[in-house]
Amino acid sequence: MSKIIVLAEQSEGSVVKASLSAVTAARQLAEKVGGGFDIAVVGHQIGEVASALTGYGAERVYQVEDPSCEGYTAQAFAQAFHKAVEASGASFVISASTAKGKDCTPRVAARLDAGMASDVTGIEGDSSGLVYVRPMWAGNIIGRVKINTDVQVLTVRTTEFDAAVSTGGQSPIESIAAGIDASSLRMSYVSLDSVKSDRPALTDADAVISGGRGLKEGENFEKIIAPLADELNAAIGASRAVVDLGWVPNDWQVGQTGKVVAPDLYIAVGISGAIQHLAGMKGSKTIVAINKDPEAPIFQVADYGLVADLFDAVPQITAQLKDR
Amino acid sequence: MKILVTAKRVTDWDSKVVPTSDGTGIDFDNVDFKMNPFCEIAVEEAIRIADASDEDSEIVVVAIGDDEATQQVRQALAMGAHKGILIECEESELDSDYVAKLLVKVCEDEDIDLVLLGKQAVDGDSNQVGQLMAEYLGWPQATFAYKIKPNDGGDMEVQREVDGGVETVTLSLPAVITTDLRLNEPRYATLPNIMKAKRKPFETFEPDDLDIELGSPKVEVVGYSLPSERQAGQIVGSVQELMEKLSQEAKVI
Repeated sequence: MSKIIVLAEQSEGSVVKASLSAVTAARQLAEKVGGGFDIAVVGHQIGEVASALTGYGAERVYQVEDPSCEGYTAQAFAQAFHKAVEASGASFVISASTAKGKDCTPRVAARLDAGMASDVTGIEGDSSGLVYVRPMWAGNIIGRVKINTDVQVLTVRTTEFDAAVSTGGQSPIESIAAGIDASSLRMSYVSLDSVKSDRPALTDADAVISGGRGLKEGENFEKIIAPLADELNAAIGASRAVVDLGWVPNDWQVGQTGKVVAPDLYIAVGISGAIQHLAGMKGSKTIVAINKDPEAPIFQVADYGLVADLFDAVPQITAQLKDR
Repeated sequence: MKILVTAKRVTDWDSKVVPTSDGTGIDFDNVDFKMNPFCEIAVEEAIRIADASDEDSEIVVVAIGDDEATQQVRQALAMGAHKGILIECEESELDSDYVAKLLVKVCEDEDIDLVLLGKQAVDGDSNQVGQLMAEYLGWPQATFAYKIKPNDGGDMEVQREVDGGVETVTLSLPAVITTDLRLNEPRYATLPNIMKAKRKPFETFEPDDLDIELGSPKVEVVGYSLPSERQAGQIVGSVQELMEKLSQEAKVI
């Protein structure tokens, strides 16, 4: 019997969806090793978030409070999460491989003197020998890793674990104080300059339309890509080339060095399909590629390829969707 | 100010990497090696910070690995770092935690004020060393740096690439910062600087010299394989045909 703990993320009073993927990973792991799981959430005055987490079948929800955790800093959050792991006595620690998960989780592992596997996409084996599957070399190699410490720490890639749905249970909440010495923290959160958008987030969207250099100039994202995205309620992504050209914001980038997405429908428009881009989208269920170069590598991974001038084809698709 | 950077030797990310036939390692024949691109960005940023500082600064560059990693240390010295250190050990013994512990020891021995690392190496893609070091040292950290601005009074204001935007944090030194892709464009080493780099101080250690006990690794890679290839699908002849396939076959619209 083992205990697992999920380190959950909250943002302005709600649970971040990626953390529900970590819950799914915890349920999968619990089936292999036996036992149950707890959930920990950290912040200041986060009673509502803790309540929202009681419906996922956790044995306990740890609500870790500290005034110094009002804004996120890796230093404070690692201490607070560590408190919860100690309280729970967990031997497996799981968080989602989000920006915060990647930032904070290794610090928790260091506090636990535990080995950590990053960006896990699958869990194999059983309690006699667990192996974690994770991409290496930008997804060109799949590694299988073993953790040799008593406590094992993972971040999981959210595209590979569906977000858990509430099962309506009532996990008890245990409120604990993190007891952080604020003067020991030599960092402070200043601000978040968030990109406001009415569209779904790239990593959550059911459909993603991505544009590349074939669009010729930045404003064609607005003219060509946006109308199609509107029809499909899709998020907009981009290749690294056009992000580097400054056509679109950094956080639109899909790829190994950007966001990894796996929507039901991915449409690559004017994207040649560099390895680093493919690493960020080849988990999508249905991939459509529109490119006028029949040799473009993107066609190697596309379910449906259309060799055409995107400036003709995309507006036609948009118009047909509008007419339906 | 004293800045520590690393120069990890990794496979060139344009090289095709494949597992060995028994799946226990990577076949490094016919593969080129380079400095990890995120390390290069960190070296460049360290040079810029040192150049902009009023006080005298020293940049110490470290590589951990076999003798061949000397090349990457020399490259960083040619770019503008001042002193090189190679910690010689078997690659197979290394995990992120062990690397972090070796680098922490160097930080202590060298009295480092700022650690500037790549956010990850493009081989293992673990993205852990900077964070582990920061925790072991009890220092603040800023990962995924997009802009670094030293403030008067010695603080660092760092803009970070996070989900959904750019976050700003301030750190007081000593601290750890890891670089993201768009922080800067690393310079090329010029020939005169490559020559000059050969005369810069260069030390070689073994882990024993640093009094670091090598236990068994916390994390071990037990197998390497190629990802399952996605099958190429069909080329459709027209927008009309594409729309029919998407609605009737794939049922996604």
